[in-house]
This record gives sequence, structure tokens and C-alpha cells, in this order.
Amino acid sequence: MQIITSTDVVTKLLAQRLALGLLSMFVVSVVIFVAVNSLPGSFAAAVLGQSATPEAVAAFNQKLGLDQPLVSRYLTWLSATVTGDFGTSFTNRPVSTMVMPRLWNSLKLAISAALIAVPLAITLGAICVRFVNRLPDRILSATTLSTISLPEFFIAYLLILVLAAKLQLLPSLSTIRGSMGFADQAIRMILPVLTLVFVTLAHMMRATRAALLNVMAQPYIEMARLKGEPETRIILRHALPNAIGSIASVVALNLAYLIAGVVVVEAVFVYPGIGDTMVSAVSNRDIPVVQACALIFSAAYILLNLVADIIAIASNPRLMHAR
Amino acid sequence: MSDRKIVLEIRGLIVEAMLAKASVTEIVKGVSLELREGQVLGLVGESGAGKSTIGLASMGYFKPGCSPVAGEISFCGSSLLEISEAERRSIRGVRAAYVAQSAAASFNPSKRLMDQVVEAAVSRGELQRVDAELRAVELFRSLQLPDPESFGRKYPHQVSGGQLQRAMTAMALMCDPELIVFDEPTTALDVTTQVEVLLAIKAAIEERGVAALYISHDLAVVAQIADEVAVLRYGEIVERGPVTQMLESPVHPYTKSLWAVREMHGGSHPSRGRLLDVSGIEASYGAFKVLQDIEFTIERGQTVALVGESGSGKSTLGRVISGLLSPESGTVHLGEEALPRKANDRSRDMLRRVQLIYQSADTALNPRQKVSKIVGRPLSFFHGMRGAKKRSRMVDLMNMVELDPSYLDRFPTQLSGGQKQRVAIARALAAEPELIICDEITSALDQVVQAGILKMLDELQERLGVSYLFITHDLEVVKAISDRVVVMSGGRIVEQGPKSEVIHAPSEEYTRRLLNAVPQMSPGWLDGLVSRQVPNASVTSREPVRLSR
Repeated sequence: MQIITSTDVVTKLLAQRLALGLLSMFVVSVVIFVAVNSLPGSFAAAVLGQSATPEAVAAFNQKLGLDQPLVSRYLTWLSATVTGDFGTSFTNRPVSTMVMPRLWNSLKLAISAALIAVPLAITLGAICVRFVNRLPDRILSATTLSTISLPEFFIAYLLILVLAAKLQLLPSLSTIRGSMGFADQAIRMILPVLTLVFVTLAHMMRATRAALLNVMAQPYIEMARLKGEPETRIILRHALPNAIGSIASVVALNLAYLIAGVVVVEAVFVYPGIGDTMVSAVSNRDIPVVQACALIFSAAYILLNLVADIIAIASNPRLMHAR
Repeated sequence: MSDRKIVLEIRGLIVEAMLAKASVTEIVKGVSLELREGQVLGLVGESGAGKSTIGLASMGYFKPGCSPVAGEISFCGSSLLEISEAERRSIRGVRAAYVAQSAAASFNPSKRLMDQVVEAAVSRGELQRVDAELRAVELFRSLQLPDPESFGRKYPHQVSGGQLQRAMTAMALMCDPELIVFDEPTTALDVTTQVEVLLAIKAAIEERGVAALYISHDLAVVAQIADEVAVLRYGEIVERGPVTQMLESPVHPYTKSLWAVREMHGGSHPSRGRLLDVSGIEASYGAFKVLQDIEFTIERGQTVALVGESGSGKSTLGRVISGLLSPESGTVHLGEEALPRKANDRSRDMLRRVQLIYQSADTALNPRQKVSKIVGRPLSFFHGMRGAKKRSRMVDLMNMVELDPSYLDRFPTQLSGGQKQRVAIARALAAEPELIICDEITSALDQVVQAGILKMLDELQERLGVSYLFITHDLEVVKAISDRVVVMSGGRIVEQGPKSEVIHAPSEEYTRRLLNAVPQMSPGWLDGLVSRQVPNASVTSREPVRLSR
């Protein structure tokens, strides 16, 4: 029989996943470019107004390179982007100086939400399994089902209504500036973070519950019970390691949402994040900024899914330890 | 014996199972038994007879949905149904241990074997981790596991099925329990591996004088281990007695029927010309060669049994003949015609002439299709039948496989295992094939059901003149139905010929070893085997690597 070592298999799998990720990035970049450039209306019309003369529009387009054919514009953009240069916004500022601080703001929001939501979701999921079909499980399942069904802006307004308007505990606006102190920023971020936690928690908790229950039906769990192991220990020591792969993929999906999907939440709280930047860039037809934002969102999705795949591989002893 | 301490005493136990909402059945109906120190009680019966439920009940454990409604279970004097769950837990794994049927499924795939073997001893404070590991290594050694020092560092998927089963026995012995429940510990293993595990278990039980409940559907296996046997049917003990008495003079008709297959001697059908000619077949899965130099023939109206242990390539050969796997070289002739290698390239008529029946009817029948759709599909696909003609043919087919035609309106989930396999056979027959490849079709079934299906296949062969290629690891089945026998090992044919020659005068050492490993219906067979030194060759030599069939 041919000797295949586990490192070979794992290296090959990782290389495959990485290549697939790069390929997805390339396809996504094409889609973004084509989609953004086929947006109705032009930047010239947006800036110069409806009454601009055709000559003025042509001169404007030439200055921004918009008179070039689509393919050559794509190649120029791609080659610059690969080196980390997102180009210049139509408002004459480098895209990176416009986007990066906003991205950092969004990341602060996402990381704070993730640090609360992920451990909480897995803990609550495990609690559901520990008391499956009993009161704690029923309450948690019903609650999360309703938070999943509510749109995020509704949750956001609900939180504003209760915590900001009625109880007056927190500010309803989350406009933060670099000049603010840490405590000031943190207080303003509480409401949007709380909203994001509510939105992602339910999905991750239900996925954890389902993945764990799936494992709990395996014969080796019954064996652990017949060895007299207590139920909590069985869930944590025997079931969780075997469920971690499928939990990771759902967590990755939700983390990607935290980065890319926060547009609505940022809008509600007037939070200066990347979602807000993208929305205003779209309405101004500022193509380079829109492209950069879309690419960052896609990269976040692809990267996080890649990480989830790696966790799934690393948690599979059949792959890590060959015969 | 009666002066020894009673370890387990079950009195009038009734266990109910919730099948669906509000539908409750009694799966154990008033069973009583007692087990003394050093005694081994065999529990025999078909699946669904309640054997496992009783085994688990002896540890105070009931599967989800099952609950005891009457009776009592007393373990060394404490009533398992009355004490608290925490107290029951403190008994499990320490004073009462369990060895499950499928070690491959019962070991956690993501934990090293050592962690699992010492888990109960360490977590209950019976032993320090270091001492527990030392003891585990000793047990590995006494159970003849390879490299006992490093064995525990492996993950379950890294060792063979027989080794896993011995590791599970080691796990059960860790805390020197007073009772061990063995639930079909060798059923999932090949015959030669089964012998090794049986020897290891027998030695372990005898050495320690532990009381054991040994559950199996195979009376011949139980006869090697147990002092006493209780035969269970539909949740009741129908007969109980010392092993020799149960073997030599069983009273209950059900006990007698348990070895029905062993009394079948079919085969010897006249040849009606060559049907299948397989020549020079070589096949691989990736870089791994699975078949080499395969040559054999099947005559019309005859049965060829293809035997070998798991991993020997017998199922692969079935896949090559049916066109599901294309070989690298070699030819398959059906009658005068050469069959294309891939099923896709075969004409509809060629496909019709070769049909395949799988081991597990559970997965081979679409659970969302009614039996009428499953059996009707080949009728319309191969024969263009419709309407009343199709319906009447379906009724014929159901009669052929001895199923009530009203079953046509049922879904597979509403049928028993044996009935499902009959539906699968009806589906194959619907095509009116010349060759049916039967891939381990009775190995998931109980002996009595198995005998019924084999008899039916034999009668159908007489009537329809169809040929069978019967892939099996069970030599009792081979004896029961075949005309010719082909023995495979490691992807090659090691021996072939008429049944009488291969079974009664095998010329190859491998065949002899395979035949010797089949448990015989006499209590001294296993001990005799040791003194004849036969299995020693198999303990040290190659052991099948794959677990699945």
C-alpha cells in the first residue's frame, strides 16, 4: 500500500483551500468591478449636475480615466489593488486614507461583538444540550428563534427605546471620533455591539446546539455514559471536540456578517464604520471607494471561511493522524 | 456454584419503549435472571428480542425513550431502579462495565485510546493517572495488543477492528469490575478476528472470575464463552439452561430454529451453459490495487459464493461486474457478449440482465418512495409496463418474495429488516435478470430471517433459472446455498472449485484457516482450537485492516 503521511494530506488540503480562496477572490473582484461599473448614473452627472454640457462630462471622464475600455480599467485597478493601492477616490483623496480608519472602527465593533457572542453562544448551546427538551432549552430556543426572526434595525430601535429613551442609560447616537477618550468611545459603542450580539448569538447558539445534539446521538456518547461519566463532562469532553468543525463554519459566517453586514446597524446608530462609508460612496457614485469596500467585505468572508476550514481540518484526527 | 455471591439479580423486569407519539410497546416482558460471581450467562436471540435492553438495564441504564415500568434490578444488593442517578453513575465503569458491539463506533474518534481507557478510573479517583496508564499497558499486554507501551497513544481509526474490541475489553477491566456486560462484542468482526477476540475475552473472564453477561445472536459463539444460556424472544426468556443441554437437547421450537441456516444444504444445480466469464480483471482505488488476476466463471442456473474477509476485494469485484467500477484491464463476458467496462456504456438490455442487491436494504431503498414505486420502476424502465399490467406483475413479484401484496402501499420504514431485503430482491427480480449479484444481503439479518431468505432465493433459482453471485463472509451461508466457491484474499483469488472440494478438502492454507475459525456448535470448540494451535498463526499474522464490509 502506498505510504501517505498525514502531513502530506494536510498540506495538500490546506494548499487546495488556499488556492480556492485566491480563485474566489479573483472571481469576486471581476464581479465587483463589473457590477459597480454598471451602476446606473455616472459620477460626472452626480458631480456636475444634470445640466452639464457633454464637453464638460467628457473632459471630466478623461481626467478620471473613465473613457478607457472596461477591460483595461479592470486590469489597471487589479494590478494596483494587488500591491495594496486602492487608488484615488473621485473626491481626490487616496481611498485607503478614507477607508482604513473606518474599517478599523468597524473592526472594533465586530471584535467586541464577537468576543461576547461566540463564547456566549457556545456556552448557551451546550446548556441547551445539557437540558435538551427541558425548560432551559425551551426558553433559550424560543428566545433565539424570535431574535432570529426580528430584523436587526428593529432590535436596534428596540434597544434605543428601552436603554436610551426610557431608561436613559446610554446615548442613542454612536458617533465616535479619534479625539474621544477610550471610555467615551466604549460607552457609545455599547448599543451597536449589543445589537450585533443579539443578531449573531441566536444563529450561532442554534448551530452549536444542533451540532452537539448530532454528536450526542453517537454510540461513543452512550459508551461514555456507561462508563459513568457525568453529563456535563460528556458534553464538554466527548461531544464538543467532535462538533467543533461544524460550529466553526457557522461562527465564521457570523463573524463575516459582523464585518460586512453591519451597514444597517451602523446607519441606525450613525456609527462611522466602513458600512456607512460604502453607503455614502454608492450614493455619490464614488466608484474606487465602492470597489475597495466591496473587496474588503469579500476578503473578510473568504478569509474567515478559510479559517473555519482549517479549524475543521485541525479538529479531524483522521486527517491529523494517519494510520 | 450456588454458594457464590449473587452479583446481578433481575426480577420480573418490564421495559417499555416509546415508538412514536403516544405509542408504547413492551420490549422486555417480565424477564428474571440471576448471575453469580464468576458465572457467565449467554443471552441469545434475534435483534429486537430485547437482549441489549436487558444488558443495559443490568447497569441501570435505559436508552432514551425506554423506561422500566415494573420489576427490580439488584446489583450486589443495591436496587438499581431505586438508587439515585449519581449512585448509579458511581457503579458504572467501576463496578459494572460494558463492552459494546461496534468498538469502532463506541470509541470517541477524536480522543487517544489511552485517554478513553483510563478515563473512568481516573475521573472517579480509583487510580492516579500514572498508575492507571501502567495498568492499562499491562491489560493491553495481557490482551495481546501489539506494542502495548505505545498502543494507547493511537487514535481509534489507527487500529484494526479486532484490536479496538480488545482495547474496549481492557477499558472494561480497568477498575476490576464485578460485572461485565458484553453486547455482541464480536459480531462486527471477521471470523478469524472473531476467534482472537473470543480467546482474549474468555481468558480475561476466566482469569479474574468476573461475572459476565454475554449477549449474542450466534449460539455457537455463546457456547464457547458461557456456562449457561438464556434464549430470548420478543422480550421473554423462552428457554434457559446449561450450554451443553441447550445445544444437545433444546426443548423450545424457537431454540431449535436458531440454527436453521446450519441445517440448510442447498446447491447442486445442473449447469445449463456458461453465463458469466470474468477474465484477467485488475482494478484499483487510486494508487491502491484492489483486484489482481481475477478469473472465474458462473454457469446458468447456479450459485457461486464469493468468500473472504473484509478488505479482500469481494465487494469490489461485484462492483466491477455490475459496471459501477471500471477495471484497468480484463474482460467480463455475459453469455456471448462482452460487457463494456462502465455501466453507462452498457445497453439497457445488458443492464437488465445483471442486477445487484446490497447488504443494507435500509440504505438501498429510497425511504420516500412507496414499495410500489420501488418495485414498479424496473418494470416500466426495462419492460415498458404500465397501468393494470404493471400492477398485476407487481403483485406477482410480491408473491414471489413471499410478501403480502398490500405491502406495495407501504413505505420502507414501515417494514422489518427482512421484509425490506425481500423488497430489494423483488426489485432485482422485476428486471428479469440472468445474474443477480447479492452483496452480503443476509449479513444484517437474524439467523431465522436469514434462513427464510436463503430458502426463498434457492426456490426462485429452481423456478426462474437465474444465477447468483453470492458475496459473503459467512461460511454457513456458503454451505447453505452455493454450487461453486471462490475464496478471495488481498484482492486475489486464492482458491476456487465446487463447494464440496473447497469446503471439505481445501487445498490452500488460507481457506483452511478461514474454515477453522468458524465457531462450531460445541462448547469445547474454542479450547480445542487453542490446543490444536490453529489460531496462533492468525494472531500474529495479517489481520484485516478495514472495519466495514
